[in-house]
Amino acid sequence: MSNIQEPIIRVENLTAAYGETVIIDNISFEVRKGEVFVILGGSGCGKSTLMKQMIGLYRPASGKILINGQDIVSAEGDERLSILRKIGVSYQSSALFGSMTLHENVRLPLEEFTNLNPAAMDLIVLMKLKLVGLKGSENRMPSELSGGMQKRAAIARAMALDPQIIFLDEPSAGLDPITSAELDQLILSLARNLKITFIIVTHELPSIYTVADKVIMLDKRVKKIVAEGKPQDLRDHSDNLWVRQFFNREVSSNVS
Amino acid sequence: MLVNTATIHTDVNEQGILTIKIDGHLDSTTTGDMWLKATKVLEQTSATRVVVDASKIDYCDGSGVGLLIELLRRQQKTGGELEIKGLRTEFQKLMDLFDPAEFAEPHIAKPRKAKLPEEVGRATFTVWQNIHTQISFLGELVVALIYAAGNPRRVRWKDAFLIAETAGVNAFPIIALISFLIGLIMAFQAAIPMRQFGAEIYVADLIALSVLRELGPLMTAIIMAGRTSSAFAAELGTMKVNEEIDALTTMGLDPVRFLVVTRVIATLAMMPLLTVLANLFGVMGGSVVLLSMGYPLTTYLDRVMLSADYIDLLGGLLKSLAFGLLVAGIGCLRGLKTTTGASAVGDSTTRAVVSVIILIVITDGIFSVVYFYLGI
Repeated sequence: MSNIQEPIIRVENLTAAYGETVIIDNISFEVRKGEVFVILGGSGCGKSTLMKQMIGLYRPASGKILINGQDIVSAEGDERLSILRKIGVSYQSSALFGSMTLHENVRLPLEEFTNLNPAAMDLIVLMKLKLVGLKGSENRMPSELSGGMQKRAAIARAMALDPQIIFLDEPSAGLDPITSAELDQLILSLARNLKITFIIVTHELPSIYTVADKVIMLDKRVKKIVAEGKPQDLRDHSDNLWVRQFFNREVSSNVS
Repeated sequence: MLVNTATIHTDVNEQGILTIKIDGHLDSTTTGDMWLKATKVLEQTSATRVVVDASKIDYCDGSGVGLLIELLRRQQKTGGELEIKGLRTEFQKLMDLFDPAEFAEPHIAKPRKAKLPEEVGRATFTVWQNIHTQISFLGELVVALIYAAGNPRRVRWKDAFLIAETAGVNAFPIIALISFLIGLIMAFQAAIPMRQFGAEIYVADLIALSVLRELGPLMTAIIMAGRTSSAFAAELGTMKVNEEIDALTTMGLDPVRFLVVTRVIATLAMMPLLTVLANLFGVMGGSVVLLSMGYPLTTYLDRVMLSADYIDLLGGLLKSLAFGLLVAGIGCLRGLKTTTGASAVGDSTTRAVVSVIILIVITDGIFSVVYFYLGI
């Protein structure tokens, strides 16, 4: 297929900083359409910061982030909204609205951004909840759910408008292995069948081997991407010792 | 950017087979329109055999699949048949994830209607429960305060001083301003009618007695209820939601001793000081009116000293201590009783401020009666 080769996200010379502290120093990468792209790295290396820059929550110190050719950094007003409509985000702590039921949470974007009739919205909400294995819990409040269920509900909400790009921050943390594997299958099926692009921040090695088409690894010591490619290749053939240790879950010899 | 569109054509042939042909791009913006048209045709013709020609659908996302599922579901319900022809394999795979029979009854619970007896019962029970928790909390607090008095080294004085600053010192400007203005306005309103009888100098008596006995302590307490009770409830409520209270409990630290005692001590220490300042500024506010009427300041101050004595001031300060206990205690109690979620923090804060204000007024009434019988 030809369109799988076109980049949907291009990050150019991105530098991220909190005040004077530089977190990420001048990195560039591309994400192709329909790819499952995983951002990896040790704790505190700026994975979540990078993601928040890409979804437009934080402004980078310098650099460009092009989503479908539009720069989210400089976009304002309607242009910015049109970029945001293309992405869906599931946050680390789920961020479901506590005053709404699950059904209302998933339904909210449909109500606000589509002209679907109420019956259609209800059916689509149920379908999204079915995809994440939460059918039957639609009338429960987020506070009545376990952490894993909240996570899946957040993914259902991120998918409500069928965006082209879905960002997932630690999607499988706190899920049992079976649900986590099901979630991996869901991600793969959406990516392969619908050409939805996934950007995932995660630590879960089994899930990375299953879903990732490409990973980038950030290292907080050099503040750059230290490895890029398929996870299996990096595990077996990376010339960086730390990267091989990461993929093989070995204890680092130079603990700083 | 290219605007994606979808079109629908329907046709009934001589054998009564309804053909629905959907072309184009089915996504969340185009599906709404298609949905209405397709379901309308289906209802109107009520054909038992329906063919959906999907060969020209070039994009179909979750909402598009939703439409196809809906059509299947409707036909299954009426006992008809539906065949989807020519759907591309990638969309077919997505569709295979769903079984239309599972969605036969999209059942979304509507909120139940309220019934009067049920509501009355529930409200009564809540009131009773509130009284119960408040009394048991008061007991816990007293035990913790006695413990703190016996072991002053175990009290976290650093926290207490910090709270005394944020809740007490920082409240000074607003309390000074409100008291000054209340004193001024009251004196102004009273001076106009009293002037007709040449009795405007008695405005000084009125201000001195009402500010020292009632308004000083009461205004301070109400400002503190809005400013500090709500802050305590929101802070402890957020700590509860973030499981910080649970963390304290599992560390073996009693939240009442650790969090509430410091707040109560800080508030109890600050309330009388703030009340004295409120009294001072209230009396000063009253002086402005009499000064503007040409009376010298000494005359006003003499009248104030003559009409009010120390017992009025001390009576007011004693009340302010009781109010301080309510402000800090109820604020913390509501915070600790927070359930989960962001809206629960809002509920706790609202309930804290409302119950503190009600209890302040009730307590004030009790003090008035007691002072009357004591002849104060």
